[in-house]
Amino acid sequence: MAERTVAVLAGGLSHERDVSLRSGRRLSVALRDAGLTVQEWDTDASLIGRLREQRPDAAVVALHGGEGENGSVQTVLEMFGIPFVGTHSQGCRRAWDKPIAKALVSGAGFATPDWFVLPHSTFRELGAQSVLDAMVERLGLPLILKPDQGGSALGAQVVRDAAELPTAMVGCFAYGDTVLAERFIDGTEVAVTVVEGADGPEALPAVEIVPENGVYDYTSRYTAGLTDFFTPARLDADAEKAVGELAIGAHRTLGLRDISRTDAIVAADGTVHFLEVNSSPGLTETSTVPMALEAAGTSLGKVFDELIGRAAGRGTA
Amino acid sequence: MSEPQVPDSQSAEPNLPETKPGAEPGSRTNLDPHVERYAARTAGMTASEIRALFAVASRPEVVSLAGGMPNLAALPLESLSQQMSELIAQDGLTALQYGSAHGVPALREQICEVMAMEGITGHPDDVVVTVGSQMALDMVTRLFCDPGDVVIAEGPSYVGALGSFAAYQAEVVHVAMDDDGLVPENLRTALAECERAGKRVKFLYTIPNFHNPAGVTLAAERRAEILEICRQYDVLVIEDNPYGLLAFDGQTYPALRSMDPDNVVYLGSFSKTFASGLRVGWVLAPHAVREKLVLASESATLCPPTLNQLVVSKYLATHDWKGQIKTFRENYRERRDAMIGALEQYMPEGCSWTHPEGGFYVWLTVPEGVDAKAMLARAVTARVAYASGTGFYTDGLGSRQMRLSYCYPTPERIREGVRRLAGVLESEMDLMRTFGSVTTRAVSGPQTPGPDTA
Repeated sequence: MAERTVAVLAGGLSHERDVSLRSGRRLSVALRDAGLTVQEWDTDASLIGRLREQRPDAAVVALHGGEGENGSVQTVLEMFGIPFVGTHSQGCRRAWDKPIAKALVSGAGFATPDWFVLPHSTFRELGAQSVLDAMVERLGLPLILKPDQGGSALGAQVVRDAAELPTAMVGCFAYGDTVLAERFIDGTEVAVTVVEGADGPEALPAVEIVPENGVYDYTSRYTAGLTDFFTPARLDADAEKAVGELAIGAHRTLGLRDISRTDAIVAADGTVHFLEVNSSPGLTETSTVPMALEAAGTSLGKVFDELIGRAAGRGTA
Repeated sequence: MSEPQVPDSQSAEPNLPETKPGAEPGSRTNLDPHVERYAARTAGMTASEIRALFAVASRPEVVSLAGGMPNLAALPLESLSQQMSELIAQDGLTALQYGSAHGVPALREQICEVMAMEGITGHPDDVVVTVGSQMALDMVTRLFCDPGDVVIAEGPSYVGALGSFAAYQAEVVHVAMDDDGLVPENLRTALAECERAGKRVKFLYTIPNFHNPAGVTLAAERRAEILEICRQYDVLVIEDNPYGLLAFDGQTYPALRSMDPDNVVYLGSFSKTFASGLRVGWVLAPHAVREKLVLASESATLCPPTLNQLVVSKYLATHDWKGQIKTFRENYRERRDAMIGALEQYMPEGCSWTHPEGGFYVWLTVPEGVDAKAMLARAVTARVAYASGTGFYTDGLGSRQMRLSYCYPTPERIREGVRRLAGVLESEMDLMRTFGSVTTRAVSGPQTPGPDTA
């Protein structure tokens, strides 16, 4: 195979810049070890010039949050005809918006915790307390608040007491204008990586996540030692099959490409609930995708080398 | 791609008893095999949502009022470059060799001349050169504090000092300030309460001039009283004075050390008056303390970098360093003016701020009910960053405050940053009107930017 030049896009201006830089660095090292020539590019004003002048054989989007995951950067790559690893712009838009992804995956027949989506303006115009009361009445407590877009659990909070809700809402609205409130499902939290190969999308062994403090928040995610991971997840055969089917179902339903990670909860009654999907999953030292790849007997460098080959083979966009 | 191999279930360990560094098939891992081995003092060393947000501050689109990087653009780089070259050519074998933990003698003499500008009569033998005054803070705490000992510090206080105190598991008791710095009566009350509670107070840690983060200066007439109170309660004073020569009007204040040499350990630094990257600071301490500091320094670093000490020494000997400080002062005054002017123009009602007469920082208080820490994500979206106040306290206070730095951005950028911040604050207050005043949410990990944040 001729040596390919790959641009790893990482950084950006989102709240997840730091995580993206870590993902990008780890991926770049893995790709260099695999023999590729790698350029690490931030998505700033110099990006267009670089794409025009250097025309890499392929790009890998290791951006998280904002422009890197909402389809914007993908659109730019499509405009310039640069093949890239990962989901095209339209699929990104579907996955990026959590309520849209939930609605589509739910429509495809998968379970997802009950939810409501509300912008700040609704609370302001209708009176916050009455809306919050209705929310608690319908979803029960505890419930989970998340910004409707974004990752790394930034702004997400588990609310156990109605009195905590106003503070949690303010914390969540700091990340965006719309909040997704979701019923809390007690169960086994898993992350399932899907990688596309010659035979289509394939689910890798699920990674079970057991945070020491009970909540997989930013600190639990990015501090080694604060979360236990079990790979494969300690699930019975039925649940193991079901989480794999969900991840592939979400990947297909949302029209994702190459690689994705679906986060799900397996409830005590065995029901598998879809939480969200990431079209540009984290690749840091504490991320679950590299764990799943390792458990599947492969590696970050090997899989992305193959995905880069597929992207280059696809040609433009 | 090759077919991923699902692990053979026979090879999986049935009881999952081990913690392994990597995610092996069928394995349990927490990704850190050393997690049970860490000392108790590492408890706060975790990833931080707030710290992660500062990653965007380095991008030019963001106006960062968060960091504390000095503006080095005014340094005479050409002549410094020539000087460095001469230094290696002429004194290379000394400059690149180990030195004493005490520090280069010629530099210690020059340091005494620098300190004389603030009324200090010090002997070069009592000066210990350190790797920035941060190392001095670490060593002083190591020398004096056992776990559980109390350090009295201003509220708010310098985050790097709070980090050192936490590393040695000292308990920090904050004492409130007003526009004239530490309030003597509050100090007396805090010391009396500690005494009643049977707590062992080891020292008062104070930044008397152009406080980081509060921007205030301890009034000259309070200084003797503060020292007297500490004497009365048999408490040592650690005086941290990195900004003393950066008064906008060139005025200097009498150092606490100059008024009570036997009970004050003085920390100085060339980071704000010359070059922060050289990491050259110092301690001036009573001789018995100094002896221990030299031994502590040996065990920490063997010796501070000889090359960097010689660079500073040569700079002091050959450059108009006082003129350079004057240039810095003028730069910072212009930036302070830009910040205060913009705050007056843009900030909504209910905000108040300090009016620094030197140094790098303004301490802004936002309206009741706004949580400055929670608001940071919104600010980053609006392309402005600040350091939320909670990072400067160990007791959870500071949620209504933030530190705004004017040291690094240009005056135009400062005005733009404050304008954006005002918009962010308006949006947050709108949210507050919807949901009412909020209680602050606990978050883990560092809440202030790292030293290399602009």
